[in-house]
Amino acid sequence: MASLVLAEHDNAALKDATHKTVTAAAQVSGPVHVLVAGENCVAVAEAAAKIAGVEKVLLADAPIYARQLAEPMESLILTLAGNYDAILAPATTSGKNILPRVAARLDVGQISEILKVVSPDTFERPIYAGNAIETVQAPAGKKVITVRTTAFKPAPEGANVPVEKIAAAADPGLSSFAGEALSKSERPELTSAKIVISGGRGLGSADNFKLLDSIADKLHAAVGASRAAVDAGFVPNDYQVGQTGKAVAPDLYIAVGISGAIQHLAGMKDSKVIVAINKDSEAPIFQVANYGLVGDLFQILPALDNELTRRGYK
Amino acid sequence: MKVLVPVKRVIDYNVKVRVKADQSGVDLANVKMSMNPFDEIAVEQAVRLKEKGKVTEVVAVSIGPQAAGETIRTALAMGADRGILVKTDQKAEPLAVAKLLKAIVDKEKPALVITGKQAIDDDANQVGQMLAALLGWPQGTFAHSMELDDGSAKITREVDGGLQTVAVKLPAVITTDLRLNEPRYASLPNIMKAKKKPIAEKSPADLSVDITPRFKVLKVCEPPKRSGGVKVDSVAALLDRLKADGVL
Repeated sequence: MASLVLAEHDNAALKDATHKTVTAAAQVSGPVHVLVAGENCVAVAEAAAKIAGVEKVLLADAPIYARQLAEPMESLILTLAGNYDAILAPATTSGKNILPRVAARLDVGQISEILKVVSPDTFERPIYAGNAIETVQAPAGKKVITVRTTAFKPAPEGANVPVEKIAAAADPGLSSFAGEALSKSERPELTSAKIVISGGRGLGSADNFKLLDSIADKLHAAVGASRAAVDAGFVPNDYQVGQTGKAVAPDLYIAVGISGAIQHLAGMKDSKVIVAINKDSEAPIFQVANYGLVGDLFQILPALDNELTRRGYK
Repeated sequence: MKVLVPVKRVIDYNVKVRVKADQSGVDLANVKMSMNPFDEIAVEQAVRLKEKGKVTEVVAVSIGPQAAGETIRTALAMGADRGILVKTDQKAEPLAVAKLLKAIVDKEKPALVITGKQAIDDDANQVGQMLAALLGWPQGTFAHSMELDDGSAKITREVDGGLQTVAVKLPAVITTDLRLNEPRYASLPNIMKAKKKPIAEKSPADLSVDITPRFKVLKVCEPPKRSGGVKVDSVAALLDRLKADGVL
């Protein structure tokens, strides 16, 4: 049969997490179909139709899907589930919110945050905040899977497959959207940025966190934070990198004033190159860093900023 | 209004877990066990709702071996009124847990179930959503804050881009995120009082739920280790290295 991938999008743009989930889906069961559910999101469906390896895009465009609330999304996916032997979503807050409902209604267990498809029924996934990796074999039958997107390469673009409009399912009428407060940023998104610079408790205050901004701007980097920095109120929670926050795997991760608690390492240790800047030369972060700079971050950050300027980064 | 709070006994979050040499799992022998931290937040939230007069009874439920009764005692010491222990030595997968909880909800008829968004052992993040789906209830997952009214609740959720607020009809399932509240420490008098609060014991068979695992765990390994690199002595040297690695 085939697999169905739930697209990650905001009605305007398709997110990279979708491309990565398609890569995982193709290893579980091909061909791959992508479900785009939203409101006024034809452009998203057209973008999904360009992903190589996708055979068909299903578009459910209706007001009840505008915010992809879990209850109507469950009903919609259940109307399609019969045609697929695997249903996958990226392990974003949206995928995590929706997919367990689908699994429960199909009476199958869900395999959360897979890191690797060992074979079409066997998967690796992190447990204990990534301190152990479990290899788990699913029984015969439908598979419901969320995908740790940092562990899979995005499927390239290059196809142009048909978009099929599908009808909305009945609205269970249990929930409604009542507002949002999204962080606005001109910078790239944390989970898809090539470079991430994160600050920890060592920065000392919300004001000092701004020291990272000018460097981030020069490097076109996203800004992240440790849980300690979030708990201290320096930045909002959506900056958080770690087991209880976001998992990131950029080409370059710069950890500033972060000691390297296990729960933080779980969210960034798949980065290609890690740089640690910390005054404590014994900090655990140096055990995972490719390059360490020991010293006072309040001297190092301005020096780094100046050196970048000198080398023509703007 | 009654609130049901499912709580899980897990390895204490401060303990560094060890993978067994035979790769059969994580070593649980002689390791400190505690209530899952996200579930502590759930208990705290339920108790605060009771203290505000919005809730009349808080029932803590745990599924696990006899020792999971201690986790229920912790919830009772924090202010829950009574407990239900579904006793089993068999590891229950999230779907089985959701089915057991559904059977309890069918009997207890709470207006609200509040539980942690995930347990810090299997990191599945499934039970709340699965329970809501089996019951045909709405959900407010990853709760950052909540307001309870007659017949409805508004839950502000931690989502990837920031915060989102949803309104749900009651009954509903709410799963907690870290910033919902800061759980209290139980006082000694409350710990003593908790010893007198009732805990009912049931078995999965009493609830007519088959909890035989569906999945086979083939092995549990340590994650690949990253080896530490080198210390550099200046920002210029750092940038030279990063340039050479092709990441700048």
